[in-house]
Amino acid sequence: MTALELAQQLKAKFAGLISEPVEFRGETTLKVSDAERMPEICALAKQKLGFDYLVDITSVDNYGDDPRFMLAYHLYGYGHLCALRLKIDVSEEKGEAPTVTGVWRTADWHEREIYDMMGIRFRGHPDLRRILMWEGYPYFPLRKDFPLAGKPTDVPEVAFTDTAPLAGGPFVTIAGGKDTIAREPRVRIPNTDALETNARLERRQDIKEAHGHSHGPGPIEPKH
Amino acid sequence: MAEARDIEFKDPAARIADSALAPGGLPPGQEPGELQGEKMVLNVGPSHPATHGVLRIVLELDGEIITGARPEVGYLHRGDEKIAENFTYTQFIPYTDRLDYLAPLANNVAYALAVEKLLGIDRQLPPRCQFIRVICCELARISSHLLGVGCYAMDCGAMTVFLHTFTEREKIHNLCESLTGARFTTAYTRIGGLSRDMPPGWAEQCRKFLNEVVVNIDETETFLTRNRIFVDRTQGVGVIPRDVAIDYGMSGPNLRGSGVEHDLRKAHPYLVYDQLKFDVPVGTTGDCYDRYLVRMEEMRQSVRIVHQCLDQLPNGPVNVPDGKIVLPPKDRVLTRMEELIHHFINVTQGINAPPGEIYFGHENPKGELGFYINSKGGGTPHRLKIRSPSFVNLSILSWLLPRHMLSDVVAILGSFDFVMGECDR
Repeated sequence: MTALELAQQLKAKFAGLISEPVEFRGETTLKVSDAERMPEICALAKQKLGFDYLVDITSVDNYGDDPRFMLAYHLYGYGHLCALRLKIDVSEEKGEAPTVTGVWRTADWHEREIYDMMGIRFRGHPDLRRILMWEGYPYFPLRKDFPLAGKPTDVPEVAFTDTAPLAGGPFVTIAGGKDTIAREPRVRIPNTDALETNARLERRQDIKEAHGHSHGPGPIEPKH
Repeated sequence: MAEARDIEFKDPAARIADSALAPGGLPPGQEPGELQGEKMVLNVGPSHPATHGVLRIVLELDGEIITGARPEVGYLHRGDEKIAENFTYTQFIPYTDRLDYLAPLANNVAYALAVEKLLGIDRQLPPRCQFIRVICCELARISSHLLGVGCYAMDCGAMTVFLHTFTEREKIHNLCESLTGARFTTAYTRIGGLSRDMPPGWAEQCRKFLNEVVVNIDETETFLTRNRIFVDRTQGVGVIPRDVAIDYGMSGPNLRGSGVEHDLRKAHPYLVYDQLKFDVPVGTTGDCYDRYLVRMEEMRQSVRIVHQCLDQLPNGPVNVPDGKIVLPPKDRVLTRMEELIHHFINVTQGINAPPGEIYFGHENPKGELGFYINSKGGGTPHRLKIRSPSFVNLSILSWLLPRHMLSDVVAILGSFDFVMGECDR
């Protein structure tokens, strides 16, 4: 049985909820439109379709898009040796997804890590604490608006209360940026506003290009 | 004169039964009732010799029996995934050395293969490159397991084994040094190839080492496999049943120790593993002793693989012939226009990867090391997630440790053979 057939079976069980399978480099990806049904879908994939091994859960911050976050679940079956990726979107306002710890116990630490790094909460998780950063750390470091060099904190007697030595560079990039200037690693303005401004202006530029207007300010050039 | 006695080996079924009525004599989940005394909280780590790095475990004890365990990780968190988002694909290679720093070559290969899968060139690598990469992976496996077994023996009170295996490990580092130029931080692979070819005479040195290491592995077995103290400390301790191991996402020798016959080199052969003959050892009970035995046998199989690779090693280039991926030779860069442009673009912008997302799982010495790359095009990944085996393997501790004696903690931790550099990333 191939991953594509299994994906079609899963899609047939949840008609309307799951998108057409996407194939890229031999991997099959399904997009689930309703994140709330995820535990149900995962439980069925495990029990009926033999996906007994949850390899990984990953979060992606598509900063500037709506919905902002994407979660990717990598499923694998020891019986049929097929892998499948399920994806859900999580909006910034909600910032929450249901837990799948009831389906695979390994999801526990993966979800804790996503909460720690990306700030997405998992409803129903038995022990949702930070795992890599320390308790009480105020930021979510893997978000795109968090600078590479870290942020000074107001908490006394905690590391990083001063500006980090490499704040702003020398190797900060905007992945998927509009041009090579945005994409290549270089010094950036050491506060997050520049990144935010750039992302916002680039989006506005896109809209204007689509509508045929090109006036107004473009992305801010980073100052050296 | 002392009477010679044979060691009693319990059969696997008895070892599983022992663990169900674990040292506390209570079935899982049953409370001790009126016998229960005052509980004590004991902090192990973050810097304890048996934690192999900076793992901290908060144990709740009833006498000597563990009633609760809370592993705390993250002391070695360096933000590798954040760094990767700001580096070109090639710039991140040295960071992979620092994941599982006991097997840097295997990490290099895993990362290079992941990026090559994204680029769609993982099946077009030159044969020589593929064979050398397999040799690298298996040397890394031997190196990692030698240290894992040596440290494990030391945790269980046998100092000699550690020194014995470390002697062989030293030879692997010497081989690494002449192959890559560095003993630990190898950064040997490049996207689409290798940083350099094998130096002349390296294959002979490697063969000499292989002949020596098999002797060493056999000697190590005579130290441990029928050692009464070692057997008593490991058999029936830390039993992970097959279904629990899968549920907790265990991988590598820890999974195979529990009897799951799964090896990514066999299940989804990458490089030239489908052309090589090797066996996948599995355990029967899933206790610490089985995990040790699996590692010992894996080393022998790795020796077998490296021998085959050295026999079949073809001649030819080690890099894909694509200037947009691999840096062109320096003499051509300085004399030709096109190569100069390729060099310039490769260094300043990085390899132009297509938009898309891939996951590549690699059979590392510690388990499945996976890279998930989400690309929006261009030279840097939009998101790079490292699925590290040690992180996932350690998550079982809060289930496994309760019901064991305090002294078993060291035996169980050692049998997991984890590395915190990889766990915390």
